[in-house]
Amino acid sequence: MTIAIVVVVAMILPAAAQAPSSNAKAPAAKRWTMPRTPDGQPDLQGYWTNSSYVPMERANGVTKEFYTPEEAAAAAQRARDQDAEQATPGTTADVHYDHTQFGLDRSQSDLIQDLRTSLIYDPPTGRLPPITAEAQKRQADRAAARAMLGGTNDAVQNMSFSSRCLFMGGAGPPLLSATNYNTNYRIVQNARYVMILTEMIHDVRIIPLDGRPHLPKGVQQWFGDSRGRWEGDTLVVETTNFSEKNPFRGLASPSMRLTERFTRVSDEMIKYTFTVEDETAWAQPWSAAVPLKQTQGPLFEHACHEGNYSVANILAGARLDEQRAAEEAARKGRK
Amino acid sequence: MHTSKRFLGFALPWIVGIAGLVLPIQIGTRAQAHGRGQARAAAPSYRAPRTADGKPDLNGIWQAVNEANWDIQPHAAGFGRVVALGAADATPPGLGIVDGGEIPYLPAALAKKRENFEKRLSLDPEIKCYLPGVPRAMYQGRPYQIIQSTNVIMMVFEFAGAVRTINMDKPTEAPADSWMGWSSGRWEGETLVVDSTGFNDQSWFDRAGNFHSDALHVVERFTATSADHLNYEVTIEDKNVFSRPWKLGMPLYRRKERNAQVMEFKCVEFAEELMYGHLRKQSAK
Repeated sequence: MTIAIVVVVAMILPAAAQAPSSNAKAPAAKRWTMPRTPDGQPDLQGYWTNSSYVPMERANGVTKEFYTPEEAAAAAQRARDQDAEQATPGTTADVHYDHTQFGLDRSQSDLIQDLRTSLIYDPPTGRLPPITAEAQKRQADRAAARAMLGGTNDAVQNMSFSSRCLFMGGAGPPLLSATNYNTNYRIVQNARYVMILTEMIHDVRIIPLDGRPHLPKGVQQWFGDSRGRWEGDTLVVETTNFSEKNPFRGLASPSMRLTERFTRVSDEMIKYTFTVEDETAWAQPWSAAVPLKQTQGPLFEHACHEGNYSVANILAGARLDEQRAAEEAARKGRK
Repeated sequence: MHTSKRFLGFALPWIVGIAGLVLPIQIGTRAQAHGRGQARAAAPSYRAPRTADGKPDLNGIWQAVNEANWDIQPHAAGFGRVVALGAADATPPGLGIVDGGEIPYLPAALAKKRENFEKRLSLDPEIKCYLPGVPRAMYQGRPYQIIQSTNVIMMVFEFAGAVRTINMDKPTEAPADSWMGWSSGRWEGETLVVDSTGFNDQSWFDRAGNFHSDALHVVERFTATSADHLNYEVTIEDKNVFSRPWKLGMPLYRRKERNAQVMEFKCVEFAEELMYGHLRKQSAK
């Protein structure tokens, strides 16, 4: 296990340290040939995970792009402790889930050992660029509309997308390990299509490689509309037509453009980077690197909505609370 | 010599033409003798184009064009489920897809099927955006895409974003019951044979309440009969519900639109008010 981790780290670092546009080269530790499909494409197929403790944005006070292995281990330990805190008896978080059980905390999954101090590498600060005045207004409008709806448990539509099995952060695009668990993907490809299946909510993306145009501008989807092409040995996927329903950083919209790059750099790793562009939302484009590591199959059928008892139970519990409160108030009124 | 060549030149198209008329009729009769006589005569000599690894290429976006999702058995037009939708929700008439038309239900199962039909508005999983199960997903009347690779064939459905993973390696046991089942595939010449088990007992075959148990075993055969048609034949086995195995079948049609694609139909949000509306806070709008 320890040996495997060291090898993985060695592979990520040189690839990631290069300029994002340059093609990653496999390190010379051992001669490695790109696996290819019968039609000659680089073979990205298999089961992959991007579970990691590397935060999206660089922590305050950290100024460098990469930790030393010792620093990275310490940062991971801090994140692990934070996860564990959610299992502290008597806390609100502990009532919902015990994060140390059922594989809910990341320390129990197939973690990627990455020396990055943040997933974001551009801007070089490792932090998200400022958002525009227009985007600030959009966020404020959304928050106001949301407040009009009432409390979280007043109606199903007020509850979070993940509670409703509509959308899990990290399902992508872009692929992010925003959830704590089950950040598993399966890639299947042929000469004309690449398919990315996300275990969470069995969300699936079919990416045509034939250069066809995007959907008409007026048609928007949660996952947008992806088109792919091979640039050398790198799969480049461009996605537009995002719906504002997509909760990505609170700023997804039809004007957002996402470019993802997948390069297989070893049997175990895919170098994955993405760039977000939207001049109506961000002061500048920004990019992040989220390595994909090979993991074991199979993916299970995550029939989330079909087994979603919690929404009905939470709403019913909230109504019961209100009924009891009303009865209590009536009793006091009579006295 | 010269004359006979000319004769042949004149007669050959006629001979071929007449044979072309007679042969399909004969094949059609054979298919009718088998059962329902849709366009699913034993695959003629069509040979599908090949993938890079030499297998019949079934890639594409496919869709059934029939009324089976309303009722897989032969049925006349009927009243709909929702008064407010009038003729728009009325059941369209259909010849059905079941070989022989009858489903060999065990007596208790037949009673349950009838009860399902009576309560279909509240029980049909489709209305709640639940995963459609197999084979219903294949004839729900919505598009799905076959993405063929060497060791796996994916089927990705518009409805609820359902997914089937057909393992083309050595068959394995289902690790758990599921809505879409656990499928192993193999090639028999031109035909993709998919054997599926590991189903739960939650999905239905149609809007008429035809159903199965978790003992469901489905064997499907996909054979290209032209560049744009697949012949789809299915054997259904479920000892808890049916007295014997039975068959269904239909042609599947390629979606030919330029730029055809399986679009997103995340239907959960469309079913939420129906499912949870009664739990809404009374003062909440």
